[in-house]
This record gives sequence, structure tokens and C-alpha cells, in this order.
Amino acid sequence: MRFAVYLPLLFPLLAALAARPLGERLPPRLATWLLTVAAVVLAAASSLVLGMLAITGLIRFPLLAELAHGRWSAQVAQHHDPASLSVGLLAGALLTAAATAAGVALWRRVRTLVAAAAEAACLPGPDELVVVEDPAAEAYAIPGLPGRIVVSTGMLEALDANEHKILLAHERAHLAHHHYLFVAVVQLAATANPLLRPLADTVTYTVERWADESAATVIGDRRQVAHTVGKAALAAKRARAHTWIPTAALGILGRFSQAGPGPVPRRVAALLAPPLRNRPLPLAGILAVLAASTVCAAEAAHDLELLLELAKHGASHR
Amino acid sequence: MAAHEPTAPKGGRAKGELEAEVLDALQHAAPEALSPGEVKDRLGGGLSYSTVVTALSRLYAKGLLKRSLRGRAFAYTPVADDSGLAARQMRKVLDDRPDREAVLTRFVDDLSADDEQLLRKLLDTGQ
Repeated sequence: MRFAVYLPLLFPLLAALAARPLGERLPPRLATWLLTVAAVVLAAASSLVLGMLAITGLIRFPLLAELAHGRWSAQVAQHHDPASLSVGLLAGALLTAAATAAGVALWRRVRTLVAAAAEAACLPGPDELVVVEDPAAEAYAIPGLPGRIVVSTGMLEALDANEHKILLAHERAHLAHHHYLFVAVVQLAATANPLLRPLADTVTYTVERWADESAATVIGDRRQVAHTVGKAALAAKRARAHTWIPTAALGILGRFSQAGPGPVPRRVAALLAPPLRNRPLPLAGILAVLAASTVCAAEAAHDLELLLELAKHGASHR
Repeated sequence: MAAHEPTAPKGGRAKGELEAEVLDALQHAAPEALSPGEVKDRLGGGLSYSTVVTALSRLYAKGLLKRSLRGRAFAYTPVADDSGLAARQMRKVLDDRPDREAVLTRFVDDLSADDEQLLRKLLDTGQ
């Protein structure tokens, strides 16, 4: 376990660098799937090797080696494993922090989703669409069984009939394709391994693009969708005086300070540009990173197994 | 007076839960206004008068109820129709959640000043 064990800790950096360009260049549905799966695999692989490094550190303590059911020899472990004790301890501390953060985040997200589903069920009327009296131009989908779409009267007034259809098609796509689950999964992975944060930020963008493209398919005109998104954003900005979402909360949660244009102009620009096609090269690149990460983690696991075997052997021949 | 001492809600009912039940009772009675005593009778379950008054005052403070003087006590009605009330409640419940933004998918995000300029340019050239 010399080299392979450290690689899965470095691969998330590669994925983080590639995330945003991939989000812009791949079709949004593919990008969402790819980045979500990548985040899960990379988070799992990096947690796994942290765990293995921690184990190799811990069996150096003779007491712990004795306590372990196989009665491993601490000396043998020290001889055959190059990872130092401090690396093992650091890995253990990182893994504990990651597991705790991920556990808390998972609990919190499940509770929020349950609260959202309860709200969706309690919204008035039998229809999917709920119109609320509010001058602020606001529209969102709230997941549930079934999910609901909330639109303010301010937003309805800002758009014409065809634009209402586009807005609804966009929000329906969010619900139909369970975009909140992609976002939840990728954010959870990013909590377990903060290096994956750019993947999570990109997926929150690509699900919007996915919904935009779905709306464009329903309406049959991408340009109209671009104009509707732009018009709605400008209307929302104008009505901000009556905001119903505290801007302080949005500052903390919704947006991470990032260089360059925000999501809305990027969505509009993407819709005005020709549709994206699958690009085999970047796709192959990220799949190669995932495969390498998996292989390295498996290799490291195999090494660890051998090491433990050796240590066991050493203990029985003492 | 002993009867007006605040008592803990019976049956492990959480504060928010009691408020929701009170609101529900008032909505069912609407448009008729209810006094705290009437709310207490409708809810049953061994609630004390003062617990009901506390819940009503809290809902009133949140702007969910309006009240008028009837005899010596206030009588309460929900402030809006169903949808207005639901919208307000929803804002309150989900606003408290730190990851609310990640669960609700908004049609458009907020624009910065730069974004707004860029967007106008895009829409102009895209005509």
C-alpha cells in the first residue's frame, strides 16, 4: 500500500477542475447524471482509503492489535507498511469529521424533504399548480407526493400566456425528473469530501439547464424559453422590494461567490446558442478518472488485506 | 389565579403542533370567530385555557389571525383565505430550514447588477 492508496484522495481535485467546463459543454441531462455519479464514487473511494490508512495507523498500537479479533502483530504491521503513524491518525481524524458532517447533513436534508412534502400536501386546492397572492415575482417547485408548483400573482402578471406554459413546463420537469434528489446526493458527497464542492455547485446549475431544455422540448422553441427565463429574472429583480425570501438566507445558501456571470445569464446564453451534443472525449476522461479511483481503492484494499494477513501470521508465530 | 398559570402542553404536544391545531379549528369555524374558550372546547385533550390563549397570541403576533373584542375576551378568525394562509405558513416553515434553497427549485435565481446588464444585452441581441 504505497502509492495507490493516496491517489483516490487526489482524483477529486481533477474532477473539481473539470466540473464546471463539463457542466457547460455536455447536454444537461448527461452532465447531471455524470457529475452526480462521479461525486458519489469519488467520495466513497476517498472515504474508503482514509479508513484504510486509519486502520494501518491504528494496528501499530500493540494494545489495539491485541484487542483485534485476529490478534495482529504490531511489529509486523510497522515493518511492512510504509504509511506513517501520523498519516494514519490524520486519516482517522479526517474520516471521522467527514462521516459526522455527512451524517448531520443527511439527517437535515431528509427532514427538510419531509417538511417540504408535508407542505406540498397541505397547499390548498387539488391542482398541481398553486397560485399565491404576492406582488413579488416568484415561482418554484416543491417536492412531495405529488410535488406542487407555487407561482405568485406577481410572476403571473409579469409573463404572458405562452410564457406561463414555459414556466410550468420548466417546474414540471424539475418534479418529474426528481432534480431535488440529484442535488441532495451530490451535496451530500460534497459534505463528505469538500473537494467535491464544485461538482455540487455545477449540478445545481445543470438541473436548471435540464429543466430549461425540457421546457424547450415541450414548447418546441428554445429561443422563447430563453426570453421567458430572462423576463422572469428581470421581473423578480424589479419586485425585490416585496421579497418573500430573506435575502440574507439566500446569500448564505443559494449562491457561492463565484467569478463570472451568475446562473441566469448563463442559462439564457446556453438556450440562445445551438443545442449541445454528446462529446465523447470529456465523457471518457471523467469515466477514466472514476475507473482509476475505483481500481486504486480496490488495490489499496487488497494491500491492506495482505498486510493484515501478514500481521496475523506474525502474531501466531511469535 | 391557578387556572391561568401556564401549564405544559399535555400529551407531549409540541408548540408548533398545537398552533397548527388551533389554526385548523379556527379555519373550520370560519367565518365565525372563536373565543379562546371555544377553541379549547373544540380541541379537547385536557388543554388549559392559558395554553390556548398563549397559542392564539403567538399566532396573532405572527400575523396569521385577526381578533375582535367579544364581551370581555377576544374572538379570533384566520386573517386570510386558505391559499393566503397556506402561503404564509409555508414561508414560515421552510424559511427556518437552512437547506431550503436546495430543496425548492426556483424558476429564476437572483440577479447581481452585472448579471442584469449581461442579461439585457443577451436578450437584445437574441431578438
